[in-house]
Amino acid sequence: MNFELSEEQKMLKKTAHDFLAKKYPKDLVKKLEESHKGYSQELWKEMAELGWMALVFPEEYDGIDGSFLDLVILLEEMGYNICPSPFFSTVILGGLPILMAANEEQKKELLPRIAMGELIITLALTEPNNGLEAKSVQVKATPSNGEYVIKGTKLFVSDAHVADYILCAVRTEDASDLERGITVFLVQAKSPGVQCTLLKTLARDKQCEVIFDDVHVPKENIVGTKGQGWPIIKHTLEKAAVARSAQMVGGAQAVIDMALSYSKARVQFDRPIGSFQAVQHHFTNMWADIIGSRNLVYKAAWKISEGGLAGLESAMAKARVGEAYRRVTILGHQIFGGIGFTKEHDMHLYHRLSMAGDLSFGNVDFQREMVATELGL
Amino acid sequence: MDFDFTEEEKVFRKEVDEFVREELPPDWDVKTSYWPAGYGTLAQMETEFADYASEFHRKIGKKGWLSCGWPKEYGGMNSWVKNAIVDEVMSYHRAPYGGVATWISGPTIIEVGSESMKKEWLPKIANGEATFWLGYSEPNAGSDLGSLKTRAVKNGDEFIVNGQKTWGTGAHVTDYCWLLAKTDPSARKHGSATLMIVDNKTPGIDIRPIENILGIHSFNEVFFDDVRVPEENVVGEINRGFYNVMLALQYERLIMGMGAFRRVLEELIRYVKETEYNGQLLKDDPLVRNKIASIAIEIEVIYSFYWRTAWAMDQGKFSETEASVFKLFGTELSVKIACTAMEILGLYGQLERGSKWAPLLDGWASIGYLDAISGPIGAGTSEVQRDIIAIRGLGLPRD
Repeated sequence: MNFELSEEQKMLKKTAHDFLAKKYPKDLVKKLEESHKGYSQELWKEMAELGWMALVFPEEYDGIDGSFLDLVILLEEMGYNICPSPFFSTVILGGLPILMAANEEQKKELLPRIAMGELIITLALTEPNNGLEAKSVQVKATPSNGEYVIKGTKLFVSDAHVADYILCAVRTEDASDLERGITVFLVQAKSPGVQCTLLKTLARDKQCEVIFDDVHVPKENIVGTKGQGWPIIKHTLEKAAVARSAQMVGGAQAVIDMALSYSKARVQFDRPIGSFQAVQHHFTNMWADIIGSRNLVYKAAWKISEGGLAGLESAMAKARVGEAYRRVTILGHQIFGGIGFTKEHDMHLYHRLSMAGDLSFGNVDFQREMVATELGL
Repeated sequence: MDFDFTEEEKVFRKEVDEFVREELPPDWDVKTSYWPAGYGTLAQMETEFADYASEFHRKIGKKGWLSCGWPKEYGGMNSWVKNAIVDEVMSYHRAPYGGVATWISGPTIIEVGSESMKKEWLPKIANGEATFWLGYSEPNAGSDLGSLKTRAVKNGDEFIVNGQKTWGTGAHVTDYCWLLAKTDPSARKHGSATLMIVDNKTPGIDIRPIENILGIHSFNEVFFDDVRVPEENVVGEINRGFYNVMLALQYERLIMGMGAFRRVLEELIRYVKETEYNGQLLKDDPLVRNKIASIAIEIEVIYSFYWRTAWAMDQGKFSETEASVFKLFGTELSVKIACTAMEILGLYGQLERGSKWAPLLDGWASIGYLDAISGPIGAGTSEVQRDIIAIRGLGLPRD
């Protein structure tokens, strides 16, 4: 056993922490969240120069051969500071499934450009009134003259409005086994028939409705094998759940840090409010929530890095963090009192993200159901 | 990072597990009732099991498994991870072993005991031949241990002890008291007490049973009336008792009966897979699935604290704050699991051991429902833990 980060990981964490604190002050975060595009191209380039988009990809695709655990450490810092950008979509939802399932030609074409920060990619999975299971994929792609034609609506597609490509999970055949017959297509976001509308979300985190209105996609753009797309999606969701959990743990840590320094400075009844036992016990509960959740996230990330199946660990981590981050921000607000309820303050950014985070890639109840299944129930 | 055991640790764990399975009587599971993090149902504290427990404890001692965490020079294996492995496996099977002597007395003697004390006591403790009860709490000194009143007055080469201790878990089935008594009443609270070992058979000691809410005699109130304790039984320096008590806290923190968490989860899973309610298996009820997943996740969290704490001890990086979180979280989780078990079992949950229709290892949940209450109270209440974490761990001001 070894529960410490390696020296390289500590360095990555510190570099990321300092860079984000300097480059993404909360004024800018708020501005970006309210902007249409949602990110700064200039900072996107700087992040690429730091090698962040290349971190998790092998050297042969111009990556730097980091592990999934390394990526999780970076994401924790992104959650800590808040870093509005299409990083998560591009690397986790786009890059990782391509690395896992695409053919050599596609990888050579796409991964180096992802690693250099030249491409923005996302994943279109969720459909209206449907969940995150194989049976939920109902949008169809029909073969026609050596191409496929996709028709249907996808929802909550992150960063689709700025994406170059959209990985789209669709049904290409009706099999009795619903996990079969799903195919993942690489769709150019500017293809005729793709209509993208930004949804107004709680966290302003740039989720879109994407309507595929008879969008023609060449069969060469299938990622993986036709009809066998579900395992790609399943594993991507597993990694996305852990990656999102890492961001959320980082966010929770930011909340407790902010609240701690406030409670030491804010004086009421002639003493700092942090000296009141009722407040201290809130802090203990927050901190215990955070460190316990972080342990589960690291364990799941470690398991994925080792190449093992991490269905159970991933679901446990996401369920735990989904609950814990929300509890932490609510207590954080309680400690900040009225000032935290203002737009000017930073607390609400985290409070919004804690809920958005829980909702993404399967909320606490969804993940608990996964855990139950993994436990053999 | 590496969340896995080494190959050697895996082999060790298997060896311990096989030994215990072989050793324990086949009906042990329904004769005993240990609940994770509880104090009320430890088999080794019950008169009924005392002889068997003592024999079993010595067997474990012969294997060297009572002292895995101790340094090699004192017969240990220098591995708190192995110690934690032993305790996890033992508590999974409710094995009657271990206690104050191996977790608190031994490590404290190693840290502050004189050479002659080490020579005399460590082998006895490691072999399971000397068992202890904890003489800290008094009727008016619970969480506020500093206000204890039991006096030990120097008289030639002896101390004469007078006073009253309470709880005294297992005083009636162990050999010695690990006593904290006031030796300098004029000093400030924490410079006023001394640790010493007192033989239970010394004249003047009166051990009276306290029945806990399960009807089990696990606690005692113990009266000391002019009890003579030889000076060589003093542990560490005189008037440094409070500091020496704190030293052992890190070792004590690992005692949670971790394996029992794993066990209760397995038993619940087995139960819902086998039991029908309203014409469907309980395991197919979404609410039941959600509840079981929820406790499974929290059990994973408590395990993460457990292994991290053991690992950190081996690395010399023990964090008192994290250990307090472990204690706080584990004991409160024990209550949550008991309540969840009762909710899942429904009407049957209230059936106690021996009743017709009693479910889950013959009424285990109803026992746990009562026993779990003790965890967040003993060894530093949840409130005390929260104070420690906030002030010492998070640096919040005292006033």
